[in-house]
Amino acid sequence: MLGSAIIVFREALEAALIIGIIAAATRGMQARNFWLLTGISAGVVGSLIVASLTGQIAELAEGAGQELFNAGILGLAAAMLAWHNIWMARHGMQLARDAKQLGQDVTSGNREMSALAAVVALAILREGSETALFLYGLLTGGGETLATVLGGGAIGLFLGTLAGYGLYAGFVRIPTRMFFAATSGLILLLAAAMTSQAARFLVQADVLPSLATPLWDTSWLLDNASLAGRFLHTLAGYEAMPSGIQVVFYSATLILILAGMRVFRVRSPSTAIQ
Amino acid sequence: MKILFVLLSSLFSLCVWAANAEVALVIRDHRFEPAEVRVPAGQKIKLVVHNQDTTPEEFESHELNREKLIAPGTKANIFIGPLKPGRYPFFGEFNEKTARGAVIAE
Repeated sequence: MLGSAIIVFREALEAALIIGIIAAATRGMQARNFWLLTGISAGVVGSLIVASLTGQIAELAEGAGQELFNAGILGLAAAMLAWHNIWMARHGMQLARDAKQLGQDVTSGNREMSALAAVVALAILREGSETALFLYGLLTGGGETLATVLGGGAIGLFLGTLAGYGLYAGFVRIPTRMFFAATSGLILLLAAAMTSQAARFLVQADVLPSLATPLWDTSWLLDNASLAGRFLHTLAGYEAMPSGIQVVFYSATLILILAGMRVFRVRSPSTAIQ
Repeated sequence: MKILFVLLSSLFSLCVWAANAEVALVIRDHRFEPAEVRVPAGQKIKLVVHNQDTTPEEFESHELNREKLIAPGTKANIFIGPLKPGRYPFFGEFNEKTARGAVIAE
């Protein structure tokens, strides 16, 4: 029971933290809860499908299927987060000053929300398929009964969700003036964390060279296995022992998104007055 | 998604990063056999992990910075290194108590 609680907690925590950030970043958007729930449901259904296809996915691309699949999911999610930040740089100020403004921009808002719902779905897809496989293994392994596996899983899921909600609750207390800077900053780091992880998968599959393994070692300071290390790993892409190419991907993502936010930022006087 | 997959696959086939050494591992009864493998330092290594159990396992190592799901009865390739000399522990995340091992680079 403890085993299933711990693993489900770990996986749920990662997804819940990502959902917490996205829920905070989309506060006040049209039909936010509908889109978040759609993303969550799609993620749960998708993770069951992916879990059942694990063997087949792994065999694709000469045995590199799983890595390419994960890297693809992470890259796609990072692209949507990048788009969100650039979109926010354009519309965020408007949103903050006059909530009604958004009403005139429902189509754009819906497109925006659907992109973030996809990020939610992809986050759950990755963590959920692992969780489903693990629980399936526990059940078929015969060591545990359905009740203890599901009971432990429910506890882990609850605690993980609580952590995600805690992050959300903390975030929405941030004053409006600093709110956009805070959420877009966190989404920026999240996107960089995702491309860095994608790079790691591509090295694991031997598609990319590692450049250095590791580039540095800060496991004496903060181990990735510790709870704080996991938090920072999920939220900001912390790696105690990153490969060189991960640092390249991480930095390039930060630079590209920041550049995009600068280029597309609306500075016309009419927007400023509104 | 599909296009991305095709792109990545073609990228994969374009890159020929020849592995220098191949090391085989077996997962049986939620244990790694052998539990310790010695590999040459300074080279890229291909770990081939054969999960002979009837349950899935996740090969994971913080020190090697790797994680890979291995479905029951399948073999997984995991590229590691080039490593500096040292001991790099790994474990099976789904059976952490018993599934433990280490790569020793020398």
